[in-house]
Amino acid sequence: MNALYARRRRKNAVLIALSMAATSLGLLWLALILFSLLSNGLAAIGPDLFTKMTPPPGSQGGLLNPIMGSILITSLATLLGTPIGILAGTYLAEFGHERRIAAAVRFINDILLSAPSIIVGLFVYEVVVLRMGHFSAWAGVVSLAIIVIPVVVRTTENMLRLVPNSLREAAAALGAPQWRVIVMVAYRAAMQGMLTGVMLAVARIAGETAPLLFTALNNQFWTTNMNAPMANLPVVIFQFALSPYADWQTLAWGGALLITVAILVLNIMARMLASWSNFTR
Amino acid sequence: MNANRSASAAIAHGFPATPRIEVKAATLASGQNTPRTALAEKVLIRNLSFFYKDYEAVRNINLALYDKQVTAFIGPSGCGKSTLLRTFNRIYDLYPGQRATGEVLIDGQNILDPKQDLNLLRAKVGMVFQKPTPFPMSIFDNIAFGIQLYEQLAGSELEERIESALRRAALWAEVKDKLKQSGLSLSGGQQQRLCIARAIAVQPAVLLLDEPASALDPISTQKIEELISELKTDYCIAIVTHNMQQAARSSDYTAFMYLGELVEFAPTETIFTNPKDRRTEDYITGRFG
Repeated sequence: MNALYARRRRKNAVLIALSMAATSLGLLWLALILFSLLSNGLAAIGPDLFTKMTPPPGSQGGLLNPIMGSILITSLATLLGTPIGILAGTYLAEFGHERRIAAAVRFINDILLSAPSIIVGLFVYEVVVLRMGHFSAWAGVVSLAIIVIPVVVRTTENMLRLVPNSLREAAAALGAPQWRVIVMVAYRAAMQGMLTGVMLAVARIAGETAPLLFTALNNQFWTTNMNAPMANLPVVIFQFALSPYADWQTLAWGGALLITVAILVLNIMARMLASWSNFTR
Repeated sequence: MNANRSASAAIAHGFPATPRIEVKAATLASGQNTPRTALAEKVLIRNLSFFYKDYEAVRNINLALYDKQVTAFIGPSGCGKSTLLRTFNRIYDLYPGQRATGEVLIDGQNILDPKQDLNLLRAKVGMVFQKPTPFPMSIFDNIAFGIQLYEQLAGSELEERIESALRRAALWAEVKDKLKQSGLSLSGGQQQRLCIARAIAVQPAVLLLDEPASALDPISTQKIEELISELKTDYCIAIVTHNMQQAARSSDYTAFMYLGELVEFAPTETIFTNPKDRRTEDYITGRFG
């Protein structure tokens, strides 16, 4: 073994050790978070959590109304934001190319992507809440949809750009109009990535608190009226966790565990769906 | 049909067997007496130049492709042969900054006319690319995709059309039990035959093959070449190839291109046995390439 090769081997060993250390440091925090979530949250998991409303301090209750509110607000925001995001991402990848307007849209989208969510909340407060005169679930939906859009735009554009042009040429060479090439071929080829993008967006908004504080606010009672304030998990967790009452704090842990598990399940489902619908590669 | 089979078998051993050459020589001799009457000009190219932005990649080409004949385009890399092929279905139009000047007449109609409907043109001029490009869908849907663009076929009619396309592309036996499987699950050679089946399923008038066998193993290559000689009974075929033996084996006419210009165009035997231009001779004898 000559000296050069030995030196390279040593360098290799050092670098592998460093990257392993970095990886385990990252995973350590994740494990710690999951551990504290489980150890504190499991106590709150029970039939009451899913069947009872948020209680006043000192009495029994559950999280039924914020669970329902979160499901409603998150899914409506996803339904509202995803089509806009996919269409805009499609424009950037398939039509915009290097046009100036596309470059501008891309730049603004990147700003929106990294905009603090509290700004989004304040914006919707100004534009929707003040105009309507009251907090409402719709305002919450709008603010979360605004957060969904840039995530979906970005992933859609990136995934469509990964689809090789040879595939588009092959479809066009059969006489397929451009919209058909995009819908039937490019979307199919990029489906897994695009779906992952939507799931990422759902995961992102499922835990967003700041925008909802200014918009959907909270509601102690059961409601499905989208024009009224609506309970939702992040705001309830925020409120209960800061409270001095032990039973509220336990419910907050339970809610946090619930969101985490829900996002995990959604991610697993998205992956399964994608691999099932997208054929083997 | 039988003569075709034996010729295809001979293809396996490099240059065509003598009987095939004799047959072709005979048709050519008669063709020389009555020039261009026996052969129908399917595609007529006049003063064609092609530009990538300001760079002229193909310069002033004049050429005719005959119906039911295979025309091979040979030449060193970057000589413009693929670029030329891509003007025949205007696939270059997908990219801004690429343009062609001159005329390409298909059945007498100038397809470079800005008013030409590109989708209809491409339905009429099929193309198979260098790398297999199966769509991420089932084998069945890969072929149904093109058919259903311009025809309202369904049920047994659609199935029959798909079967016949796969049979013509010599793929039916290998895939008939797995039509619902992904086109991506096939081997490279099978994928390329799937692409050929997809192209002929829409019943084009002209078939463009851009190095269709360059990414394939010898056995798949042989199958594709046999397929080309089968298909030319119905189509006007243009094939770009880097493989000179392939050009010699599977084409009737050969065009040699160099630096964006058409150096020589003649019946394949003439090009390979008695080229007029020094550059053609140098290229086919392997002095550059």
